[in-house]
Amino acid sequence: MSAARSKKKHNTDDYLRMYRQMVRIRAFEDNANQLYLSAKMPGLTHMYSGQEAVAVGICEALTPEDKITSTHRGHGHCVAKGANFREMFCELLGKEEGYCRGKGGSMHIADQANGNLGANAIVGGSMGIATGSALSAKRLGTNHVTVCFFGDGATAQGLWYEVMNMAALWKLPVIYACENNGYSEYTKTDEIAAGSLTARAEAFGIESFRVDGQDVLAVNQLAQRLVERCRKGEGPFFIELETYRYHGHHVGDINRDYYRSRDEEAEWKKVRDPISNFGNWLIDQKIMTADELVAIDKEIVSDAEAAVKYALEAKYPDVREVDMHVYAETAAWGETQ
Amino acid sequence: MTREITLSKAVNEAIAEEMRRDPAIVLLGEDVAEAGTPFKVLSGLVEEFGTDRVIDTPISEPGFMGIAVGAAMTGLRPIVDLMFGDFLYLVMDQLCNQAAKTHYMSGGKLKVPLVLRTNMGATRRSAAQHSQSLQALVAHIPGLKVAMPSSAYEAKGLLKTAIRDDNPVVIFEDKLMYNDKAPVPEEEYLIPFGKAHIKREGRDVTLVATSSMVQVAEQAAETLALEGISAEIVDPRTIVPLDEETILRSVRKTSRAIVIDEGHQSYGVTAEIAARISEKAFYHLDAPVIRMGAMDVPVPFSPALEDITVPTAAGVVENARRICRGELVHAA
Repeated sequence: MSAARSKKKHNTDDYLRMYRQMVRIRAFEDNANQLYLSAKMPGLTHMYSGQEAVAVGICEALTPEDKITSTHRGHGHCVAKGANFREMFCELLGKEEGYCRGKGGSMHIADQANGNLGANAIVGGSMGIATGSALSAKRLGTNHVTVCFFGDGATAQGLWYEVMNMAALWKLPVIYACENNGYSEYTKTDEIAAGSLTARAEAFGIESFRVDGQDVLAVNQLAQRLVERCRKGEGPFFIELETYRYHGHHVGDINRDYYRSRDEEAEWKKVRDPISNFGNWLIDQKIMTADELVAIDKEIVSDAEAAVKYALEAKYPDVREVDMHVYAETAAWGETQ
Repeated sequence: MTREITLSKAVNEAIAEEMRRDPAIVLLGEDVAEAGTPFKVLSGLVEEFGTDRVIDTPISEPGFMGIAVGAAMTGLRPIVDLMFGDFLYLVMDQLCNQAAKTHYMSGGKLKVPLVLRTNMGATRRSAAQHSQSLQALVAHIPGLKVAMPSSAYEAKGLLKTAIRDDNPVVIFEDKLMYNDKAPVPEEEYLIPFGKAHIKREGRDVTLVATSSMVQVAEQAAETLALEGISAEIVDPRTIVPLDEETILRSVRKTSRAIVIDEGHQSYGVTAEIAARISEKAFYHLDAPVIRMGAMDVPVPFSPALEDITVPTAAGVVENARRICRGELVHAA
């Protein structure tokens, strides 16, 4: 927490919101995992647990109008950008009240009202979308910043290099945020990534940073600085965030001894958990007491459980919706505006 | 007032008119600015609209296609120039997994109003990777609309409609037709999607033809007329949405149909339209519906080989004669 100590300007509200948002993500994922394990959720899902400081540290530096693009492991980004539990659980369960009326599911949650342009089930698939969103911001003069979240596995996609090149050429307000959790699906990142990731972005003349992705204040401070610089036209930027995925590639990836050890998982949870470390820091700094944090945790867990209960009882979309939204209705082709 | 202009000029006019109307429209692709594309279709646009709106990209088709998708989701209305239709294979993920599905996957919240302009057409001696007609590939994907102009008139009216549509639209221009002239009104007009055009009325056989195949059908119809066979030509103008009703009405009248499209015949546009006719007008038919697509071979370079891979007027005439005589074209 050294980076955090060097900066005292944060007020208590900011700290508390960051803590709450991280706990909300963890509570959401614990419930989503239970829904899978108890066979109440259609399909499967990819857990964000362990990476909370990345989504929260970055999204807390953004306004609701700023945009993000997310990934298959996207619940954390969605919560951090301002989404509600109820619509999220409804979407996971394919219910009508879900963010996408049950048509997207876990891997396609989009919440455009809060600037979330959507999760994406193609690894690296949203890198172009994020860059295009930054082109819109520049061309339309909105001053919005776009953050493109992706994992280390996505750095192997050629699309990234194409769009970084254009973002750098056109000086677009986009931040490429690589959450390096050490595993590209079921394979160690060391086995799929040659050289250094930051050097790849630097090759395009993009200023690049590495930060401890388990330290929410360090992430937030860096994100605030880069977001402001993007607004001044100094983008794009690249951040590599060192983090860890507590679960397997997806909820069904339970026996994973063949690619990583239980000792390694236990060590990260014990020593580098972003929530307990930040909680301890808040106690150390006498910003919160342990009891107060426990009360927050309980309240959030109870919110999440209530949202799950609601979503389980919510109705499915009417079957007549199956061919709705294939095409957007166009207001008027034939009239000039 | 109507004057004759080339298809290339018609496309240029459509884009310029729409860009003047709507500042959210941007144009991007390889060599679209000063070069005005290899076919010079976009000449002059950068001079009027500047490099902020007419944007030269690196040779990175997936990259600029993806950027266009994101830009379309956030307030711009991009027109993407894909230099050759063959490069569709390079942009498939961004076009088919992203652009086509975003509106649906988001439960109708996000829209992707973009136009992908590209081309098609063989017999330009450009070999297998610059000659393909890949409209069936994208017509297969729900969420995309597909327009196939058959002349300068259609090119302008369909492109203006495409630009105003709130969905991703792929528009195929036959690159051999860029210099073909047709009467085009000076006044503004749009051609609605999903409305076929009866290019020629007839009573004995319906020729459903797309893009440059409309010209092939017209030549065939002239020859057939001399032999007393009256051919009706239906140009769907958009294959998604498809004006099935106009096609079926024509076939119910003529009782015979030949479907002509320059894409590969197997699993192609001709197959789809022929199947719909067979399903929905079967009892009106006096002969099996004939498909005429390009041969199922990669487009060869040698003129001696290339010319025999695409449907020709002579081929249409021969098939029309035979079905009108009650002969089977394909042995049963």
